[in-house]
Amino acid sequence: MTGGPEHRLFRPGDSPVHRLPPHCKLLALIGFVLATVSTPREAYWAFGAYAALLAVVAAVARVPAGFVLRRMLVETPFVLFALLLPFVADGPTVEVLGLTVSHDGLLGAWNVLAKGTLGVVAGVLLAATTELRALLLGLQKLRMPPLLVQIMSFMLRYGGVITAEMGRMRIARESRGFVARDLRQTPAVAKSAGALFIRSYERGERVHLAMLSRGYTGTMPILVDTRASAAQWAAAATLPAAALAVWAGALLR
Amino acid sequence: MSESPPPTTPPSLAVRGLAYAYPDGHQALFGVDLTITRGERVALLGPNGAGKTTLVLHLNGILTAGAGTVEVAGLPVAGEHLREIRRRVGIVFQDPDDQLFMPTVREDVAFGPANLGLRGAALEERVRHALDRVGMADFADRPPHHLSYGQRRRVAVATVLAMEPEILVLDEPSSNLDPASRRELADVLRSLDVTVLMVTHDLPYALELCPRAAVLAGGVVVADGDTRDLLLDRDLMAAHRLELPYGFDPSSVPA
Repeated sequence: MTGGPEHRLFRPGDSPVHRLPPHCKLLALIGFVLATVSTPREAYWAFGAYAALLAVVAAVARVPAGFVLRRMLVETPFVLFALLLPFVADGPTVEVLGLTVSHDGLLGAWNVLAKGTLGVVAGVLLAATTELRALLLGLQKLRMPPLLVQIMSFMLRYGGVITAEMGRMRIARESRGFVARDLRQTPAVAKSAGALFIRSYERGERVHLAMLSRGYTGTMPILVDTRASAAQWAAAATLPAAALAVWAGALLR
Repeated sequence: MSESPPPTTPPSLAVRGLAYAYPDGHQALFGVDLTITRGERVALLGPNGAGKTTLVLHLNGILTAGAGTVEVAGLPVAGEHLREIRRRVGIVFQDPDDQLFMPTVREDVAFGPANLGLRGAALEERVRHALDRVGMADFADRPPHHLSYGQRRRVAVATVLAMEPEILVLDEPSSNLDPASRRELADVLRSLDVTVLMVTHDLPYALELCPRAAVLAGGVVVADGDTRDLLLDRDLMAAHRLELPYGFDPSSVPA
């Protein structure tokens, strides 16, 4: 119940990828994703090459394929959308497996699927090898506005507390014979949500008081300074550099 | 960090004629007087709504007195000294989840001293020492929400100890603790060489830890003296909704 969300995405380990400083990994991810999304969709081989690059990263990070596949479920809505595209798009049609589908739609679906999947896999790999906390430090390091980093770090800390509170309220509701069967029960649930909001808001005020009491002046002191060495930057740059080479190849052909 | 004490050490806490009304007009304090000398452990007793929390929030300048003064080791609680006041007054709030907001225990304990400007090895040493004093040094890298409630309470004490306060103020320290955690916290508190003001309605706990007690009721201190004498004063206790737990007899407990 108290387990934070960090346990679902993060896979503890001590691989070279795990050890890279978080801000290097973040920049590498951004570079890789930029290269993939700007690759022309007709350059089919390039996407194969990108996938191979990610497979290498996963192997080095010792993240098993099953782990990545299970966490790719977040992509499902996009997959459904992509599968719909060939049937709703206009333009010249082609015959696939006895179905008449739009040529443009088919390419569009491939485009969404290929680029989306590569992006999701890259993101899953980053999350699997980097603790959420470290990611926040990385964002801070990359000059993300400190207020946003603070907000995210509080989400990380209090997500579990608020979820547990919600769970207790649900149990208390059901212990008094409440069953959420149909729409008529919505008001009770909505009122619980309202109460939860107010409780969380009041907790926010108490946390702020506690922070003020310990000398908080509006900025978080930077406690861990993770400096990346040139070698670490170089190691992190391997992935986007390789992706860039593939990208250049795809454009020049 | 601490300056050499003047010839006559000023009391850790001196509250004189403190009155306060909330912005909505509700008056919570009507002239509170309370002086605590260095090294004393004092319990502040009182029923719900007596103004205990309001008083606590005045001690480090979160609320500003409507009338009267608060001094911490001779330094008045006022705007220009607020930073130093908040170092000197360490408040441990009732719900440790409010107090522990950083991702790990270590970072949380470091938060206060880092705000005071400590960095590097000195900060690391301060954190380690504070966690040692509450017996939680082995938990430095754990996230606070993975600790038991009692452990979180002790870490909360460490977060303010790390600021080397003049006075430790605890708001209901024994609430929600099981008997073992309660005893562990008592051991920790007894081992500290720091002035303690403990706000509570846990009367046995007050008797166990604090030789002196003050009763706050209706926004004033109505009694101040030896804890055992106060607890044995049936009329005083009854008048202020302070009740001993079933079967508890203060005169039968060894001092």
